[in-house]
Amino acid sequence: MTAAARLVGTEAAPPIHSVFSVPGMHCAGCMGKVERSLNAVPGVTSARTNLTARTVEVVHGEGVETPDLIAALAGAGFEAQPRVIAEEAPSAVKPLLAPLAVAGFACMNVMLMSVSIWSGAEGTTRDMFHWISAAIGVPAIAYAGKPFFSSAFAALKRGRTNMDVPISIGVTLATGLSVYETVTGGAEAWFDGTLMLLLFLLAGRALDAMMRDRARAGVDALLRQAASGAMVVEADGTTRWTAAAALAPGMVMRVAAGERLAADGVLVRGASRFDQSLLTGESALVAAKAGDAVHAGTLNAEAPVDVEVTAAGTDTALAEIARLMEAAGQSRSAYVRIADRASRLYAPAVHTLAALTFAGWMLAGQGIYHSLVIAIAVLIITCPCALGLAVPVAQVVAAGALMKRGILVKDGSAMERLADVDRALLDKTGTLTLGRPVPDEAALDALSADEAAVALALASNSRHPLSLGLAQALAAREVRAAVLEDVAEEPGRGVTARWQGRRVTLGRPVAAEGMATALDLGEGPARVIGFADRLRPDAIEALGELKALGIECSILSGDGIVAVSEVARQTGLTARASASPADKQQNIASLQNTGRRVLMVGDGLNDGPALAAANASIAPGSASDVGRQASDFVFTGESLMALPRAVRASRRTMRVVRQNFVLAIGYNVLAVPLAMAGLVTPLIAAVAMSTSSLIVVANSLRLQGAAR
Amino acid sequence: MTSLAFLLPIALGMGLCGLAAFFWALKRGQFSDLDGAAARILIDEDEDEA
Repeated sequence: MTAAARLVGTEAAPPIHSVFSVPGMHCAGCMGKVERSLNAVPGVTSARTNLTARTVEVVHGEGVETPDLIAALAGAGFEAQPRVIAEEAPSAVKPLLAPLAVAGFACMNVMLMSVSIWSGAEGTTRDMFHWISAAIGVPAIAYAGKPFFSSAFAALKRGRTNMDVPISIGVTLATGLSVYETVTGGAEAWFDGTLMLLLFLLAGRALDAMMRDRARAGVDALLRQAASGAMVVEADGTTRWTAAAALAPGMVMRVAAGERLAADGVLVRGASRFDQSLLTGESALVAAKAGDAVHAGTLNAEAPVDVEVTAAGTDTALAEIARLMEAAGQSRSAYVRIADRASRLYAPAVHTLAALTFAGWMLAGQGIYHSLVIAIAVLIITCPCALGLAVPVAQVVAAGALMKRGILVKDGSAMERLADVDRALLDKTGTLTLGRPVPDEAALDALSADEAAVALALASNSRHPLSLGLAQALAAREVRAAVLEDVAEEPGRGVTARWQGRRVTLGRPVAAEGMATALDLGEGPARVIGFADRLRPDAIEALGELKALGIECSILSGDGIVAVSEVARQTGLTARASASPADKQQNIASLQNTGRRVLMVGDGLNDGPALAAANASIAPGSASDVGRQASDFVFTGESLMALPRAVRASRRTMRVVRQNFVLAIGYNVLAVPLAMAGLVTPLIAAVAMSTSSLIVVANSLRLQGAAR
Repeated sequence: MTSLAFLLPIALGMGLCGLAAFFWALKRGQFSDLDGAAARILIDEDEDEA
């Protein structure tokens, strides 16, 4: 609020709206910090966070640059990326909210009229109430029914049928009959039942859409994993921040240690080691010197380097993976949701019944009008009101239960697909393992209190992956950092400082196998701390539970044979190593061709195509943005127990969905004979419809404990 | 019966007002950040810059 006064004098230029994604923001305190830190930047008019989407919208003048705002957020402790507007998918719930509100309003008001008609209003009163109902009902049905009409029309145009076809036919005929009754002063109008039907169905749709929106908020857009810009070194030696889209071959980027590359390129100055685990699944750092090629999306781990851009944007290795993924989603799009499968059987059955009823009453000599009224009553009573709720309510309740246990469900069909899975392929780095170097516990135990304190202080001054791992492990042991002076990080060598007058270093050991770091306190021998990418804590147990659920597991990794066989030995799984993204995708396709339904669990960019090709997929929350986007489920936390939990919850959900179908169809079996006999009035229809819907909802609520 | 002439328009009018208010709120983005709205009450405006 206070920042509003600061923008005097810049009114001439229109304010700029910038949106940043701030993934680390998750509470009121964070929101306050983000907004305050941005408001403190000169030239910023206002900053407003959106916790659901984890974004902040900043309104600022022309003098404020993107890096300034990112630096301000970094100062407050939040990592942020500018958000490209085009990436933002439209909300699924929003277009349904207005029809839902209209249906609710109209339904309640028409129901008021109907109650007085049911309780015996007659003559002109009844006619007037019918006319008022029609005045409210017809426009409301036209507006609120639009999502169904357009979906049914689209399906019919392609020569297919879905749940919306019988709904649309039922709604249209019922409205037509009601208008006819109103005009001719008849006894029964069905506006109330029709609107209630639309209200329930829209509520089901909105629940389904809400689940998708909620999960999408936790999942970021493709290609964000590449740094969204770089410092470009001009010919005269000046540097300039350039957005990723503006990078062109020939430019030279300066990449600091700890930064991700924004484009593919060739190293021209300096030497460093790169973390390619998200791109290839390889866990060891890869060294590169001048003349070597490096890829967008990899992390520069050690020393600042200059990179000449060879490919940017759509030409990068990253974009190639995105193209593979686009082509991979076929088994997903070919999947027919259970509600649509049910309606394929249901719709013809219902329409045949209505036609038979009409023919039967005609043969009995009742005349067209009377036969038509009864046939339409059959259509209304069989309109799949409870069927429309049977699937979404169950899935939303289960998704809510899973979310409480840290598992995000992208959409309802994901649960249907996961419930059928009988084969699982797991990536190694970052999926079976934690995906980051963890220091050897025994080596940490051997450190004295002083050594541990100095090690933490030194490690916290570096962004090298080993230092980050060491700092995290020591902090978890509640070690307090020692006070150091003259801290300096020498790229490729390590961190040095002065502690109690002595020179202390944390750096690369003289001789050690694999990943390790050496701590030297200036006296006594240096301590060597080994690192390894360890299995997730309960990986073995989780794999055992998956097996008990009838799901055969194996490893499919892009990492080298040595690292993979070590993990295969520990878990007792069969493994395939050195698989490229296309190999992974092919592996899944060949399993699918033998009739298996495959679950892919992976995290990296290289898993993207496989995640998209599998029947269902799960990614850990630490996954790359691409991994999170391509997968159906995302679990937070370190425990792999999320896998069996998600499978069990999905299977329970499908059981409840099938029960719901039986309940909904059971109600029809009772009500249809009454309707065919011509005994159903609007009152009976309204009562039956709401009762069956309530029963289905109540049954679905049993899923609240599904994620145990 | 005459009471109906008053009560019906009043009831419908009030309902329409509610509907209009809902649409207004929808348009103004009141439903775009439901989690944030719940958390916003907890933001401490007087907190020092930390």
